[in-house]
Amino acid sequence: MALLHQRFENDNVFVVPFDKFLNWARLSSIWQMQFGLACCAIEMMAASASNFDIMRFGVIPRATPRQVDVMFVAGTVTIKMASRIKRLYDQMPEPRYVISMGSCANCGGPYWEHGYHVLKGVDRVIPVDVYVPGCPPRPEALLEGIIKLQDKIRKDSYLRKPAK
Amino acid sequence: MTAQDIHDKLKAAFGDAVQEAKLDAMQPWIRIAPNRTAEVCAWLHDQPEMKLDYLMCLSGMDYNNGKLGVVYHLSSIEHKHKIVLKTECPKDDPHVLTVSGVWGTANWHEREAYDMYGIIFDGHPDLRRLLMPDDWDGHPLRKDYKVQEFYHGMKVPY
Amino acid sequence: MIEAKTLPTNYVTKPGAIKSSSGKTLRTEEMIVNMGPQHPSTHGVLRLEIIIDGEIINDVIPHIGYLHRCFEKHAEHMTNYQQVIPYADRMDYCSAITNEWAFALAAERMLKIEVPERVEYIRVIMAELQRIASHLIAVGTYGIDAGAFTPFLYCFIDREKILDLFEMTCGARLLYNYVWIGGLSHDLPPKFVEQTKEFCTYFRPRIKMINDLLTYNEIFVKRTANVGVLPKDVAINYAASGPMLRGSGINWDLRRDDPYSVYDKLEWEPQIGKGEVGAVGDCWDRHIVRMREMEQSLNIIEQALAKLPEGNVQAALPKRIRPDKDAEVYVRTETPRGELGFYVVSDGTASPFRVKARGPAFVNLSVLPEISRGAMLADLVLIAGSVDIVLGEVDR
Repeated sequence: MALLHQRFENDNVFVVPFDKFLNWARLSSIWQMQFGLACCAIEMMAASASNFDIMRFGVIPRATPRQVDVMFVAGTVTIKMASRIKRLYDQMPEPRYVISMGSCANCGGPYWEHGYHVLKGVDRVIPVDVYVPGCPPRPEALLEGIIKLQDKIRKDSYLRKPAK
Repeated sequence: MTAQDIHDKLKAAFGDAVQEAKLDAMQPWIRIAPNRTAEVCAWLHDQPEMKLDYLMCLSGMDYNNGKLGVVYHLSSIEHKHKIVLKTECPKDDPHVLTVSGVWGTANWHEREAYDMYGIIFDGHPDLRRLLMPDDWDGHPLRKDYKVQEFYHGMKVPY
Repeated sequence: MIEAKTLPTNYVTKPGAIKSSSGKTLRTEEMIVNMGPQHPSTHGVLRLEIIIDGEIINDVIPHIGYLHRCFEKHAEHMTNYQQVIPYADRMDYCSAITNEWAFALAAERMLKIEVPERVEYIRVIMAELQRIASHLIAVGTYGIDAGAFTPFLYCFIDREKILDLFEMTCGARLLYNYVWIGGLSHDLPPKFVEQTKEFCTYFRPRIKMINDLLTYNEIFVKRTANVGVLPKDVAINYAASGPMLRGSGINWDLRRDDPYSVYDKLEWEPQIGKGEVGAVGDCWDRHIVRMREMEQSLNIIEQALAKLPEGNVQAALPKRIRPDKDAEVYVRTETPRGELGFYVVSDGTASPFRVKARGPAFVNLSVLPEISRGAMLADLVLIAGSVDIVLGEVDR
């Protein structure tokens, strides 16, 4: 309600472009898939606990990929796991986003040199929208990642560009 | 029981299966033949004065001189003594008799040694890869291992 | 789409037959259900292939390796023993200090270094704080497995206070790189002793609160009593350790039975499962062992704070870490999950020749098929949760 608090002048009516309204609704309730892989999962759990409270951003953890908007890839992606991640990403309904959390998901992390079983970055199998650096990133860094994703959703448009 | 006692009793019971020993090392070890591991370990497990019933760790080794090996760290909950056993086998024909009949925990440890080094444990009930995907090429922890370039379309090295 | 191939185990489902109430014979068959790598209750990327006959489990086949991060290969290629410590951190990420300590102990034994007494006491304090933090994660997520969401939130509030203490000392919340070979990276900051004492007085009544919320709750007791019973001989044969072993009634704690550091100068008791609400060695026993260990850790911390001597924590840091050519050692320590062992072999150079990490969760997980046969499908979640696995340690 902070967006609308004391903003009305005369009547309780305001006019807004439809896609701005839709974007506002979508970014205020980004549902995430519980998908912690490694150490970053513990920081993700700490972010959803009381001290950092990710739910105040509207982010609710759901267990199934069919009901989520965003997948936090938190932790190291191994080669054995990569095909399962691709399958889970394919099962998410559009519009879907991916936040890559931690160095391992961004680029392979500390295992980049001799990790024969580590996929050097989850963007080798799925497209990523926001990268959150850190090893592990603090819960506040994850919250900033969500805010950046919210900024990205705010700029989304449903109208096709006019034909040239 | 000290390591010297264990070594003497083992030598008395098994003779030439006991190949070498270094009893003055920080953690004394005894080397046994790779095709007699199950008998020796079962004897050490069942003897009441040894009672080495806790297999702490089973590690594969690549000695970088054409030999692979397995190192067993045993301990006893009752007597609180420990001993290290080792075996060696040639790299081009690595066969070691399994001890998974003596200790149930050896099952997964031996699967991991097979996965990482390629040591074949004769008599193992389920010798498959444990950590790597089933269609991976090569045995990663060997000293001469070269990582493959692509796996199912994904680039493996950085 | 990329398809990885995992060969199925050579399992052939067994057909069966049951008589229905109308006298006809119904043909039944076992079903193979996959509790896949992505699952809210598997505590990480673990795949369980469950063979069930109706609701009764006939067999469970765990598939691991989804988090295999090549720790042993990295350890062989590091240019220095000290560089292995951050990788050891990331193995059991819920209790990083104990991992670092185990590896540092192995290197110190090979180099025959004596660390100052202040270092020993600080390591004990940090390890016991870490034990409480790790058990809080275990208990909180175990509550979620059983369906109770509130204990998770309460446990994490208390855990944040411990992480504040760690952050004050070494700057990191989860993966510290604090215990170095021969000493520590930082000394304790000025307010640490006072704040830790405050934490101990704050936390003691919270254990009772979590017990009232979760442990003695009738629903939780009914779900965990007599479930997943681990008999004594199976536990020793499968080399279970930590709360898995002690929950089955075996009085074995490495801090007392294979002592290291200054644990023999402090007074505390290993906690054992006694079968108070069900059989000895069921899931409830393992849970109560963890709860009581948190209390014992508070006792250890308070005693260690009282006995903390002065000194320089970086006095014994070696300039060059180069053990003898044939030095090899196996060192085991008691982490919150059990016996973590490092088998380190040196070849005389500055980097290790072989480092084998024996993770307690790896060995404890291999008992899972033995203790879940005959249980119901809904019990499997609680049995797997009571093993308290951390996949980083299982897969290394």
